[in-house]
Amino acid sequence: MDKEYVGFAALPNQLHRKSVKKGFDFTLMVAGESGLGKSTLINSLFLTNLYEDRQVPEASARLTQTLTIERRGVEIEEGGIKVKLTLVDTPGFGDSVDCSDCWLPVVHFIEEQFEQYLRDESGLNRKNIQDSRVHCCLYFISPFGRGLRPLDVAFLRAVHEKVNIIPVIGKADALMPKETQALKQKIREQLKEEEINIYQFPECDSDEDEDFKRQDAEMKGSIPFAVVGSCEVVRDGGTRPVRGRRYSWGTVEVENPHHCDFLNLRRMLVQTHLQDLKEVTHDLLYEGYRARCLQSLARPGARDRASRSKLSRQSATEIPLPMLPLAETEKLIREKDEELRRMQEMLEKMQAQMQQSQAQGEQSDAL
Amino acid sequence: MSKGLPETRTDTAMSELVPEPRPKPAVPMKPVSINSNLLGYIGIDTIIEQMRKKTMKTGFDFNIMVVGQSGLGKSTLVNTLFKSQVSRKASSWNREEKIPKTVEIKAIGHVIEEGGVKMKLTVIDTPGFGDQINNENCWEPIEKYINEQYEKFLKEEVNIARKKRIPDTRVHCCLYFISPTGHSLRPLDLEFMKHLSKVVNIIPVIAKADTMTLEEKSEFKQRVRKELEVNGIEFYPQKEFDEDLEDKTENDKIRQESMPFAVVGSDKEYQVNGKRVLGRKTPWGIIEVENLNHCEFALLRDFVIRTHLQDLKEVTHNIHYETYRAKRLNDNGGLPPGEGLLGTVLPPVPATPCPTAE
Repeated sequence: MDKEYVGFAALPNQLHRKSVKKGFDFTLMVAGESGLGKSTLINSLFLTNLYEDRQVPEASARLTQTLTIERRGVEIEEGGIKVKLTLVDTPGFGDSVDCSDCWLPVVHFIEEQFEQYLRDESGLNRKNIQDSRVHCCLYFISPFGRGLRPLDVAFLRAVHEKVNIIPVIGKADALMPKETQALKQKIREQLKEEEINIYQFPECDSDEDEDFKRQDAEMKGSIPFAVVGSCEVVRDGGTRPVRGRRYSWGTVEVENPHHCDFLNLRRMLVQTHLQDLKEVTHDLLYEGYRARCLQSLARPGARDRASRSKLSRQSATEIPLPMLPLAETEKLIREKDEELRRMQEMLEKMQAQMQQSQAQGEQSDAL
Repeated sequence: MSKGLPETRTDTAMSELVPEPRPKPAVPMKPVSINSNLLGYIGIDTIIEQMRKKTMKTGFDFNIMVVGQSGLGKSTLVNTLFKSQVSRKASSWNREEKIPKTVEIKAIGHVIEEGGVKMKLTVIDTPGFGDQINNENCWEPIEKYINEQYEKFLKEEVNIARKKRIPDTRVHCCLYFISPTGHSLRPLDLEFMKHLSKVVNIIPVIAKADTMTLEEKSEFKQRVRKELEVNGIEFYPQKEFDEDLEDKTENDKIRQESMPFAVVGSDKEYQVNGKRVLGRKTPWGIIEVENLNHCEFALLRDFVIRTHLQDLKEVTHNIHYETYRAKRLNDNGGLPPGEGLLGTVLPPVPATPCPTAE
C-alpha cells in the first residue's frame, strides 16, 4: 500500500456525492416585453411545460395592468441529480402605454429575497435556509428594435448590480445573419456606453485544451445570445425529427448552431455555469447588499459604498435601500445607547454650568 | 372643362384633381335603361378615355403616412411598395441615430412615373412613436398634423379666388404597424387606433411577419380582428362607407379574411429558381416578399395601389375632410374659419338658401 497516500484527493467526490444528495436549487428570472418568446424559450431550455395553462390577457385588459411577479417551481431530474428550479416571471413588463418605473416591483422583489436571506443568516436556526435569491436574470431584447430601447436601458441599470444579467435576443429567426451580427454589436456598444454590468463569464483556466478555449471564446463572443425557442418537433419526411419552427420557406432548427445560439445558451446556463451563477450571486451581489445594509444600520442616514470594486459604482437609478427590520434585542441596544448618550450630554452640561458658576463666584470674590 | 356631357350616376371624378362630392339630384332620375334602339354610335363611352388622358397629363397626389415603433420595417415596406427609395431608412446601425424624444413628423415627397402616369407621392414618417418609456399621448402630434392638413385645404377652399388645383396634402392613408408578438394588440396600438380611426383611413399591418408560422399568423390575425371589433375601431375599408352590395361583398372578404395584412419588406434581391426576387435570405430558407405563400405583401400592394387608391382619396375627401369641415364651420357659428383670409371679411356661408341682404 502507498504510505504517502493520504486520501484527500477524493474530497471532490465526497462533495459531489453530498451535493447530489442535497440537490440543487436555482432561481431564474425572465424579464422583457411580452411577445418575445420568453415562455417558449424556458420550456425549450428545460424541456418542460411550465407555461401550459397560461392565459395571455387582451390589450384592453393590459391598459391598466401593473407589473406582477409570478413564481413557478419545477423539479427536474437528470442523471440522478435533482434540480429544484424556480422561475420568476414578470408579466406586464413593458406593456403599458406609460411604463415609467415599471421596473421597481422587480427591484423590490430581488432585494426582498436578499433581505430574507440576510435575516435567515443572522437568525438562530441556520440549518435549513431556503435560498430564494434570484441567481440569474435572462433579459429579453426585441429583435425588431435597433438595439436597446430606453425601457431596456432603464431596467438594466436598475438591476445590474443586484442580479446576474444575461442579455438575450428573443425570436431571433426574425433576423438575417448580418442583421443579427449588427444588432449584437450595437447592443454590446450600448451596454458599454451605459455602463451596464452583465454577467461576466469566468476566464478559462490556462491548462484547458485549445478546443475548449476556442469554444469558450466563441460562446463569449456570441453574447447577447440570439435565441429561438420551440416546443414542437418537426418531422420533415426523410430527415430526423428536430425541435423547430416550420415556415413555408424552410424550418428553423432550435438546436442548430448555424440557426441560433440556443445551444450556447443552454450549455452556458445549465451545463457549465449554473454553479458559478450561484456563487457570484452569493459572494458578490449578496455580500454587496449585506454590506450596504449593515453599514447603513451602523451609521443611520449615511449612504456608504460597498468596498467591492464591482459594486463601487453608483447606478443612476439607485433607490434608497430598505432598512433591515431590527430584531428586538438590537432595538433595545440602540435605545440604551441613546439613553447613555443623553445622560452624557446632560452631565457635560451640568459640568459646564458648574464651571461657569465657579468662575463667577471667583470673580465676585475678587471684587 | 365640361363639354356639355352629363355626369353619369356611376360618378368618377371628372377631374382627377379634387373629386367632387356626389351631387344630390334635385329631381329624382328616372331609372336608366339601356336603349337598345340607338340608331348609331354616339361615343359617350369615350369619356373614360378622355378622363384617362387628363389624369395622365395632370398626374395625381397621394399621401401615405406610416406609424409604428422604430425597427418594424416601415421605411423598407414603403420602399418595397413603390419600388423605389422613397423613404430614407433610419440607418439601422448608425451610432449617432438617437431615438427622438418626441414624435416628429417628416414628410418627404417624390414624383414617380409609370405607364405615362405621374404620381406625386408623399411619405409621412413619424419617428419616435411608441419608443419612449412613457408613451402617453404620443399620438397627439400625429392627430395635430392630420388636422393641420385639413385646415390648410379648408382655407384654400373658402378663398374667393381659388387655385385651379388645390394642393392636396391631406393624409389619404395611414399604415399602422403592429408588432408581431403573436399574442394580441398592445395597449398603445388600441389607443392610437381609437383616436385616429375617426380622422384618417387606418390600414393595420402586421410587420415583420416572417417570425410567425402559418398557424400563429392566422391565430394572431383573428385575435387582432376581434380586439379591433370589440373596441369599436373601424379600420379602412370602413363598413359604414360601403356603397353597394358589390363593394360590401368585396370589402367584407378583405375585412374578415385578409386584414390585417401580414407583410415582409425587403430591398435586397436574391436568385430563386432562376429568377431574381426581393427577399430575405436566412440559413433556413429564402423568404420571398412577393410570394403569397410566404407573406401578404402582394395583397397589401394590390389593395392600396391597384384597387383602392382612388377610394382611399375619396373617403378622405368626402368623409374625413367633410367631417372636419362641418365641425370647423359649426364651431365658428357657420362662418368659415379664419378672418381676413385675403384681408377682407367674407360673407357668411348661408345654412339655408336665402337672399343676400347686402
